[in-house]
Amino acid sequence: MGAMWIRLPVALRYALLVVAVLVVWQGYVSISHVQKLLVASPIDVERSLVVDFQSGQLTKATWNTLQTLLEGMAVGALCGFALASFAVFSRIGHDLLTVLSAIFNPLPSIAILPLAMIWFGLKPESIVFVVALATIWPVAINTDTGFRTISNTTQLAARNLGLRGWRLVIGVLLPAALPSIITGLKASWAFGWRTVVAAELVFGVAGSAGGLGWYINNARYFLQTSNIFAGLVVISVLGILVESIFGLVERHTVVKWGMKRAG
Amino acid sequence: MISSTAPLVEASGVSIDYVDAGGRRTTAVDGASFDVQRGETFVMIGPSGCGKTTLLKAIAGFLRPTRGKLLVEGQPAREPGPDRAVVFQDFDQLFAWRTVRDNVVYALRVARKMPARDAGKKADEMLALVDIARAAERYPHELSGGMKQRAAIARALALEPTMLLMDEPFGALDAITRNQLQIELKRIHERTGVTIVLVTHSIQEAIYLGDRVMVMSPFPARVREIVDTHDANDIESAHFAELTGRLRGLLVHREADLDQPDRAAV
Repeated sequence: MGAMWIRLPVALRYALLVVAVLVVWQGYVSISHVQKLLVASPIDVERSLVVDFQSGQLTKATWNTLQTLLEGMAVGALCGFALASFAVFSRIGHDLLTVLSAIFNPLPSIAILPLAMIWFGLKPESIVFVVALATIWPVAINTDTGFRTISNTTQLAARNLGLRGWRLVIGVLLPAALPSIITGLKASWAFGWRTVVAAELVFGVAGSAGGLGWYINNARYFLQTSNIFAGLVVISVLGILVESIFGLVERHTVVKWGMKRAG
Repeated sequence: MISSTAPLVEASGVSIDYVDAGGRRTTAVDGASFDVQRGETFVMIGPSGCGKTTLLKAIAGFLRPTRGKLLVEGQPAREPGPDRAVVFQDFDQLFAWRTVRDNVVYALRVARKMPARDAGKKADEMLALVDIARAAERYPHELSGGMKQRAAIARALALEPTMLLMDEPFGALDAITRNQLQIELKRIHERTGVTIVLVTHSIQEAIYLGDRVMVMSPFPARVREIVDTHDANDIESAHFAELTGRLRGLLVHREADLDQPDRAAV
């Protein structure tokens, strides 16, 4: 049995497991006659997904969430890179990064949301701010580590070619630090994704520009349990999709170059 | 103008101090005097960590002498540049994100401002010279240690440097690959006539490759003697054996056995 399983292609193995989970889930709902208000069956969830994507409601919510996330991540990543560059080139910058990340990194950035709502009001800016705060530290810390751990010989070889200043940074230091930079972006995406959904749940009431968190919360108001599940499915699937995009980028860069093991 | 017979490198009384993180000052090289002639292979030999690499780095321009005079082509050693191409011991001197060929092309484009087409042609020529043309499109991590060093030598030679500075280039290779590359390097030297300054701690390598071998004492590095080895090319010969014995004697001498540590400095 085990030997047969290993011989199957990996994609098929995963697909079979997903099907198994769905069958168990559907079986539980059908046999136990659990209340539909408590647990929706996969078939109901699929129906809600189709209906709400066709009506555009889920499409719009997904789009809103992604847009907020991307804005927040863009701001956070830019600040993170700036902070890391400052940290690499000056002692005070390094100390500043150490102190700031020690203070803010353990703080779940969602805890800043009430403050953000006071500062920015019930506007998307509040969520963008919170997401930016969640993404800045993983980017800053990893980029800083990336620059710091560039091998001495690589740097000497670059200087030997006469590279200085920004040409040294772009031509050698950035690619040499790329494995850590990608790791930082990956971590910041993971933090940002959790934060944006959580913020939207709290933010729920804010009306027309609602995202996936708002969609889920809205479904709860109307006791549309299958829509809650539908929202969760979209969140999970998008997460898997973005993870695999990062995986793809890594396979075509740092893994291909032998700077990171295939994972 | 510098006449072409003037030494390429002239060092007189060069001392190099290190200041460590605790602010303590240590002398790595103490009063080294020597010169490197155009076209020769000049070898610095000494026990590990004796400061010979420090001296090489000073010629390359990575650090400045604390005292003394170090002239390259008649001028105080300038900032690092492709005129003094360095081959390091560590394999990560190659840029991991570029193929072997791209490593050479990139070096030519940034260091020699060469147009892409000419750089490509030159790169192919150099890869053929060091016999790794078949690995041109591979990334460094896909190569064996010996091939990586060949690629690094190709990149350095492509820059047409006035001298090739080599810091224990074969130190991390197995004995067989090491011998192969020594023979190869000798052939390349004969063919291109490039001046080579080589740091090693292998006596056999020093005599085989070197025209002159500068023996250095351990920390701080002092020049013990400069030995002429240009006519010793046959490892089996009696002359080679005699030189081996002489260098070994100089290297294992304890400081106390020497009446005047600097007596041999040229």
